[in-house]
Amino acid sequence: MTTAHKIIINGNELSFAQGETILEVSRKNGIDIPTLCHLKGTIPTGACRICVVEVKGARSLVPSCATPASDNMVVHTESPKVVEARKQILQLMLSSGNHNCAVRLSDGEDWTSFQLKVQAQDSTSELCPVWGDCTLQNLAYKYQVTGEEFPPTETRYPMETVNPFIVRDFSRCIQCGRCVQACNEVQVNNAINLGYRGANSKIVAGVDRPLKDSDCVFCGECVQVCPVGALVEKETRCTVRPWEIKKVRTTCSYCGVGCQIYLHVKDNKVVSVSGVEDVSPNFGSLCVKGRFGFNFINSKERLTTPLIKENGKFKEASWEEALKLVASKFNDIKSKHGGDSLAVLASARITNEENYIIQKFTRGVLKTNNIDHCARL
Amino acid sequence: MAGLAAAFGSGAMTNTIADIETAKVILVTGSNTTENHPVLSAFVKRAIKFRGAKLILIDPRRIKLTEFAHKWLRPNLGTDVAWINGLMHIIIKEGLHDKTFIENRTEGFEELKQKLEKYTPEYVEKITGIPSEDLIETAMLYAENKPASIIYCMGITQHTTGTDNVKSLANLSMLCGNLGMAGGGVNPLRGQNNVQGACDMGGLPDVFTGYQKVADSEIRKRMEEVWGVTDLSEKPGLKVTQMLPEAHEGKIKAMYIIGENPMVSDADLNHAEKSLKHLDFLVVQDIFMTETAVLADVVLPSSCFAEKEGTFSNTERRIQRVRKGVEPPGQVLDDWKIVCRISTLMGHAMDYPSSASIMEEISKVTPSYAGISYDRLENNGIHWPCPNSTHPGTPILHTEKFTRGNGVFHSIDYIPPAEQTDEEYPLYLTTGRLLYQYHTGTMTMKTDGLNERAPECFVEISQEDSGKYALKNGELVDIASRRGQIRAAVNISTKASSGTVFIPFHYGNSPANKLTNSALDPVSGIPEFKVCAVKLLRV
Ligand code: SF4
Ligand code: SF4
Ligand code: SF4
Ligand code: FES
Repeated sequence: MTTAHKIIINGNELSFAQGETILEVSRKNGIDIPTLCHLKGTIPTGACRICVVEVKGARSLVPSCATPASDNMVVHTESPKVVEARKQILQLMLSSGNHNCAVRLSDGEDWTSFQLKVQAQDSTSELCPVWGDCTLQNLAYKYQVTGEEFPPTETRYPMETVNPFIVRDFSRCIQCGRCVQACNEVQVNNAINLGYRGANSKIVAGVDRPLKDSDCVFCGECVQVCPVGALVEKETRCTVRPWEIKKVRTTCSYCGVGCQIYLHVKDNKVVSVSGVEDVSPNFGSLCVKGRFGFNFINSKERLTTPLIKENGKFKEASWEEALKLVASKFNDIKSKHGGDSLAVLASARITNEENYIIQKFTRGVLKTNNIDHCARL
Repeated sequence: MAGLAAAFGSGAMTNTIADIETAKVILVTGSNTTENHPVLSAFVKRAIKFRGAKLILIDPRRIKLTEFAHKWLRPNLGTDVAWINGLMHIIIKEGLHDKTFIENRTEGFEELKQKLEKYTPEYVEKITGIPSEDLIETAMLYAENKPASIIYCMGITQHTTGTDNVKSLANLSMLCGNLGMAGGGVNPLRGQNNVQGACDMGGLPDVFTGYQKVADSEIRKRMEEVWGVTDLSEKPGLKVTQMLPEAHEGKIKAMYIIGENPMVSDADLNHAEKSLKHLDFLVVQDIFMTETAVLADVVLPSSCFAEKEGTFSNTERRIQRVRKGVEPPGQVLDDWKIVCRISTLMGHAMDYPSSASIMEEISKVTPSYAGISYDRLENNGIHWPCPNSTHPGTPILHTEKFTRGNGVFHSIDYIPPAEQTDEEYPLYLTTGRLLYQYHTGTMTMKTDGLNERAPECFVEISQEDSGKYALKNGELVDIASRRGQIRAAVNISTKASSGTVFIPFHYGNSPANKLTNSALDPVSGIPEFKVCAVKLLRV
């Protein structure tokens, strides 16, 4: 038997398994450490350093997401030194770029001129599109910081809107690199990467092209993992706010993978879709159809009423009228020619329960086994 | 499906999606996984890129996955049995087959071995065009790494020899003892969300739920009891590919088509239209006015997945919940409610308080779903078979023994595709799907962004062939087969192999299936979508 490993975090003696990081041990034990760049299942990059903690005997603060726990290590996750470091990281992030949510507290003119500049670049008078759903904003509240501590830096790259699905807003990018990991290590689409150096750094697609001309397949994994408003869905940008939606978990209705999705519903309308994290089979991942192909639900072309054809033309009918006609025709044909003169196609698109009912009806009521579906096609 | 069921006793994916990531070698054939099962393809790509697995890809087209492949073979269309036999020939010659597994768990090996004698690498090269050294290296790569997972899709099944192809892949997997273990198995990927469930629920002419035969009198008795009916027919019904011809001959008088669009998806569209028009009475139940619904006498509007409660069973046999997010438009009803009302009007009262109560009945009459109830599916789906309410489900099939007892080796000979190229029709056509569209497009084409990415039908052709026919990229061209003609834009692509063109089948205005051959696989009844002979005509 191996001896149990022990680590002391915030005064609590905790056991851990070889290879677990300080972050993992802490979270497992309900100790919250903030993270921005950390992405489960990928190789830690240590890019943002927001997760730093104090380790007794270490010369400097260490990133908990990239540091393995070791025996008898003594860790403090919210010591004054740690809090000071986090504040500074957040202040720097907030001062670079268009973070025009309420955390950039400022009065009067300063805010007004900032806001006007951002509005021009955003081409909307709305506040940040991810207000209320932003890790940076949450952390700024938690650590009580604003973006005024440092002089603002200029926006270097214009927003990219030339694809149907994703808006890339470089002005709000904090260079955490999560999107790059999602694209390369989770989806393995290898479309985007860290480009340029230093102050010019930018997330680039291929040789810095628009996404639509790159290897991007619009799976949207990068949008789902972006902790801020730098990658957002085009269709709902600034028009749907996180507090307005109800999330309903269901199963994607396209291919046989059966990804678990959340329908984001506003006013009885599906306005977007996201992947359910941490559960099989997809662990948060989706493809372009599952994530963006939901508009058919609310399409004007949906059939909304039964139709009966008369003289070659469809006319609207009540359920009663339509179903009576169907029932009597089926009965007629069945009694005249036998059940085997009827045939039913069930569907690979509808639920198990519905397919069950259809085959029960076909076999038990129509009295034929002429039932199949087109999936063999 | 018929092929796997014959070999193992169950036609479903033997392993799970997550389990692919633990394979040492992955053989993908007849599946353009990154476009058709994108999220599943990520498991394959991660296994290759981060876990040191080897990818063997066998596909004539230069699909995206070729970038990840250690071995990529480009066989001539429709020669699958030949290369699979060739691989097995080499593996046996080298003595790399799993003798213990074969001895303990299978039957039919000696016959297979004899049959394989003649499939030498040289002989196989003649048929498939795969260089014999490549075939040998591939055989070694497959046999020397365990566990090995085999993944396939419609590129294997949509042939007149589809059932043979599948049986051959089952042979290959059993030969190296790759069944019943994590990271192994034979894994057919289901194209549509609930193909697996539609089959599980008895949406097939010869079985009730859970593949219980209609011919079995015990089973019929059980169903009659639970359903409160008498005289269930013991005669297996017609397959969809037989229904249309019988409609044409006037033997089928009426059809009730629910959520399907055979007018675009059928193998020989010209014929499908005539057949459906021949019916005395056609009822179509769908969410849109599809090409098929246009022909109907009565159209019934049904709710879509976002508007109802229920379950889907995914490709890995995982039963998962579907939940209602929005109210349906207009007077739309759930499919099951419509059917229940028709049944009641026909004199057989049918009603349920909810879809959950339908699942209760399903679990009563279906041994493989016996342990399924909605409360158990709340957070996570369950893999069938799940025989009782405390059973955790079965992620991997055939662990101790095969569903049917012993696994069966089928000795199979190569048969060429039903249609060959000739002077008049010099090119092969193969059809398939695109990332941005789905099936007949009724759903995906409602999202502008998807249409922007994949706006219209095209014919993908190699550089060499485009030169031969003096075609320019983007130019319109007519593609004709013995059955019909369609028009599409030329797309010169490195994906295509010379001598073969590819056309996606999503587009109702240039339906690729006007061209394809409705010659059927004699067992599964699947038409030959993947090979037919065509010619190109300048417009
Ligand atoms: S959408 Fe997907 S493929 Fe495109 S950049 Fe984002 S993660 Fe990569
Ligand atoms: S786009 Fe988002 S996820 Fe990517 S580096 Fe910038 S902030 Fe991070
Ligand atoms: S999100 Fe994509 S991969 Fe997942 S089930 Fe839907 S269509 Fe399939
Ligand atoms: S979360 Fe640890 S360094 Fe970014």
